[in-house]
Amino acid sequence: MKAARFAYERPADLSSAVRALGEYAAASGDAKPMAGGQSLGPMLNLRLARPGRVIDLSRIAALRCIESAATSASVVPDGRWRIGAAVTHAEIEDSPAPLDGRGFLRHVASGIAYRAVRNRGTIGGSLAHADPAADWPLALNALGAQVCILGPGGRRDVSAADFMRAGFSTVLADDEIIEAIDGPVLSAEARWGYWKICRKTGEFPEASAAAVFDPVRGHARIVAGALGTAPVALEGLAEAVARLGSVALTTHAVDQALVDAVSGLDAVERKLHVTALLRATRQVFES
Amino acid sequence: MSDELHGKPGEGIGARVPRKEDARHMQGRGAFVADMQFPGQREVAFLRSPVAHGQLRSVVKPVGFESSVFVRADMAGVLPIAAPSTLPTFKLAVQHPLAEGKVRFVGEPVAMAIARTRADAEDIAETIELQIDELPVHVDAHKARLDRTNLLHADWGDNVFLTLNYENGFDAAMKDATVVVRREVSLARQAMVPMEGRATLALWDDRAGQLVVYTSTQVPHVIRVGIAHFLGIDEGLVRVISPDVGGGFGYKCVLWPEDLCVAWLALRDRRPYRWIEDRREHLVAGANCRQHAYALTGYADQRGRLLALDAEITIDGGAYSNWPFTIGLEPGQATGNLPGPYDIRGYRVKTHCVATNKPGFLPYRGVARTGVCFAMEQLMDAIARAVDRDPFDVRMENLVTAAAMPYNSIARKHYDSGDYPRALTMARDKIGIEAWRERQRRGEPDGRRIGIGFASYCEQSAHGTSVFASWGLPLVPGYDSATVRTTPDGGLEVRVGVHSHGQGMETTLAQVAHEVTGVPVARIHVVHGDTGLTPFSTGTYASRSIVMAGGAVARACESLIPRYRHIGAHMLGCTTDETRFEGGEVRGPSGSVSLREIAAAWYLRPERLPADVDRNGLEATLGYKPDVDTGAFSYASHAVVVAVDMESGGVEVLDYVIVEDCGTLVNPMVVEGQTLGGVVQGIGTALYEESPYDENGQPLASTLADYTLPGATEVPPIRIYHLETPSPYTKFGIKGMGEGGAIAPPAVIFNAVNDALADLGVEVNETPLDPRRLLEAIERARVAAPARKVA
Ligand SMILES: Cc1cc2nc3c(=O)[nH]c(=O)nc-3n(C[C@H](O)[C@H](O)[C@H](O)COP(=O)(O)OP(=O)(O)OC[C@H]3O[C@@H](n4cnc5c(N)ncnc54)[C@H](O)[C@@H]3O)c2cc1C
Repeated sequence: MKAARFAYERPADLSSAVRALGEYAAASGDAKPMAGGQSLGPMLNLRLARPGRVIDLSRIAALRCIESAATSASVVPDGRWRIGAAVTHAEIEDSPAPLDGRGFLRHVASGIAYRAVRNRGTIGGSLAHADPAADWPLALNALGAQVCILGPGGRRDVSAADFMRAGFSTVLADDEIIEAIDGPVLSAEARWGYWKICRKTGEFPEASAAAVFDPVRGHARIVAGALGTAPVALEGLAEAVARLGSVALTTHAVDQALVDAVSGLDAVERKLHVTALLRATRQVFES
Repeated sequence: MSDELHGKPGEGIGARVPRKEDARHMQGRGAFVADMQFPGQREVAFLRSPVAHGQLRSVVKPVGFESSVFVRADMAGVLPIAAPSTLPTFKLAVQHPLAEGKVRFVGEPVAMAIARTRADAEDIAETIELQIDELPVHVDAHKARLDRTNLLHADWGDNVFLTLNYENGFDAAMKDATVVVRREVSLARQAMVPMEGRATLALWDDRAGQLVVYTSTQVPHVIRVGIAHFLGIDEGLVRVISPDVGGGFGYKCVLWPEDLCVAWLALRDRRPYRWIEDRREHLVAGANCRQHAYALTGYADQRGRLLALDAEITIDGGAYSNWPFTIGLEPGQATGNLPGPYDIRGYRVKTHCVATNKPGFLPYRGVARTGVCFAMEQLMDAIARAVDRDPFDVRMENLVTAAAMPYNSIARKHYDSGDYPRALTMARDKIGIEAWRERQRRGEPDGRRIGIGFASYCEQSAHGTSVFASWGLPLVPGYDSATVRTTPDGGLEVRVGVHSHGQGMETTLAQVAHEVTGVPVARIHVVHGDTGLTPFSTGTYASRSIVMAGGAVARACESLIPRYRHIGAHMLGCTTDETRFEGGEVRGPSGSVSLREIAAAWYLRPERLPADVDRNGLEATLGYKPDVDTGAFSYASHAVVVAVDMESGGVEVLDYVIVEDCGTLVNPMVVEGQTLGGVVQGIGTALYEESPYDENGQPLASTLADYTLPGATEVPPIRIYHLETPSPYTKFGIKGMGEGGAIAPPAVIFNAVNDALADLGVEVNETPLDPRRLLEAIERARVAAPARKVA
């Protein structure tokens, strides 16, 4: 199938992008930003998305930089990193220094789809698209990152955990875009784990899980993904594991935490999610 | 790739000659229908039925676009597509090029729109208004078979395309059995997913006065017959060109409604029209293969010798048959091939091919044999477990032996040659069974379970007139012809009516011609894919082309040799008897004369020719078919090792060994490439591919996000070893082998998984083996045997 007709615009800077989006949103409500086009492209072709206008963000320099205290101290405070929304998965995968201190972002990026998709797909597009099985909504939730949102009314920050409301639904308004993702640099004692059960390389997972523990900052999160909705944090479990260590990490405890937090899973789904959670969290103790 | 040393020196039969066609494809310089553009060309988009079954009330053309939209009623004079068969009980399913009266599956073409671009044509198509009264839907072949009220084809009286009954020695053979083993296995429906989908571009050539149809097909001459017939015009008015084709697999061996529609448009308007199938159309309207269900009962003795086999096979045939092969091919092949490579004395089978509200079944690489191998090989393992013997030993007990060749099977197939037990033994040795069994006993550090599986099959290839005529089809393959033309500079042009779309025949047919004439492969040009340039052939399917076209090429080349010698003798001043043709030249007592000089004499310097030169010149067209045309049987044994992840339901193939025998190898590298490609498709059938439907007949896998294909990372290391038992019936002893790779993988992988889980009482028997099916089977076994602890 071929996309239905739409107008296409590629603004050069952030303010004209926001202005254009605001104008069309106010006038007809059918403008859509586009970053890598890896999710929007198929939706356009299948005519599932039919915006009157597509506003391409992929060339806006302000959305294309990766920053840390080391690279640009003036913008990013110590102990934080910031990734522009239009930075591609491949650029994160290839970033020379572990931005987050422990190589978590790099690892996550390298496991998204396959290289051709990573060359174009962006971190902001992934968050905005909000596929329940996607990597960034899960990983950034576990990491405790912030989503920096820009709209005609100005800037606001929302935690990654609150940004995605449900499958394919976020807190973004029609005239807002994601400007950047901002997160903490992990301490040397921090450990993470990440596990996806995929039928094949490059496929969205059947079950996924992320665990990030940073004792120095008192951060402990275990998050389940690919649940058909937004990722779900298992806070009690994370807290028990942080307190008691690996003894708290039994199949039974994970299973219990999962069914307490998520309803409606059948036996196979439950098994897959428990497996992903166990394997992700075990990595915390293995590294 | 193992066995690299297998191969002969030089460029003739048996040599590892690099494929000539690869150069253009590696550089992206192939020419596919989607690459073509003609002045004034219009693109076609089809509006397809959104419902699985319904009465078509009205199709309303959008206002202002009446002349850009076409429905069945506009196509007066175009015949509906239907192919009769004389198989008993066969019922005719008539398919109109655009739906008339009823729609019978989601994706059935109902109307078409034309415009300058495909996007514009789709814009128009989506504004066509359809009114359809929905009818009850059949998605389950077992239920559809028994339903005599809700019918797909009103005049049938039931929903059964045909039922085949066959019995041979069953009652007598089963009496001696002491062990009875029953199994039910099934395969999911799938799509064939060639890299290039279907594509048709038709135009009117004023100079030639012909309708020229460029179409991605395996069978250009057959499509020409079909288009002329169904459009009701002389064949002389039609030329079909099949350019580069990105995979066929059976999907492109029949005439499709869309081909007819595009051809009709071009004939009507005398301008170019094109339709390119997209992936969604393919996955929705092309989900048309593999869906078989088997209920088998094996009657064996204590050693696991299978004495008699009782089978009921149900094929989910979808809504329509096809032209020209008909849907009868699938049940026919299932019925005849189920006994496989085994020596069985009693056989009883009932095969139902049932109509459902899905796309009509087509023969996919391996045609029915993937299913029968899956069923038989699981039965073999089940028998082995029942008599507590190693599956390998039980297979050895049952395989047809080399001494028994040629062997007439219980299903009246004539196995021409081979050593089946040797292939299996070699597969066991190459996989290194002892080391794996030891590792299996030790257990894996990561908790996964190791399993080892075997599967054997034999594959009827290049079956000819007698086999197809017995099915009473509208079109039966006979003599395949080849034209071999010596060029004025002493090269060869080889023209064949078969089509090469990945099989490497631009190379292998040149190797055959080289074998006879000594002309270097680089100077032999194989022409195919154009009815205007090549002699008639029913085309490329059923692993027939290298045997049939190869035989024809050899015969045509051979017929030229005396002519070369006669001219050469004259030029050398000796008698023809004193000459030999060798190394591409005629050698006489006093010297030699090259083919270049001989060709130059015929074409350019006729004063040098003898007075009694053969007036047929240096070009010959000859037909060939094997004297015994019941088929040359290739065969293989596959052995595989898997690791099963009990927590994630994942299956990883750790090692894969194939020992194959396709008779005389024309090019081992091409055989290996064909085998590998087939195995990857078979892995897809085993582990990934499925076109599921909901109860309303809506397809649930309409994009590649939902239809899972194996990718490069899912393909294990595969080691291929060759045996070479020439067929006694074919030229050079060549056997066809294009399909074989796709036959055994589901059988061998399931057997390996079942081996890994045998002590838990787990048995999986339904493709594809996704995590859900595997974990559910594990859970079922755990519940059934609570005392047994599932790891
Ligand atoms: C074959 C394939 C496999 C894939 N596998 C995975 C996988 O395993 N894991 C995974 O996580 N993802 C996977 N993806 C999705 C991929 O990661 C995409 O990159 C991602 O979903 C969207 O990013 P994009 O930049 O392409 O966004 P686009 O497709 O351009 O846009 C997606 C949506 O986000 C909106 N949008 C884009 N940028 C912004 C912004 N800055 N502000 C506001 N809205 C914005 C668009 O309007 C649109 O609604 C896969 C994609 C493909 C094609």
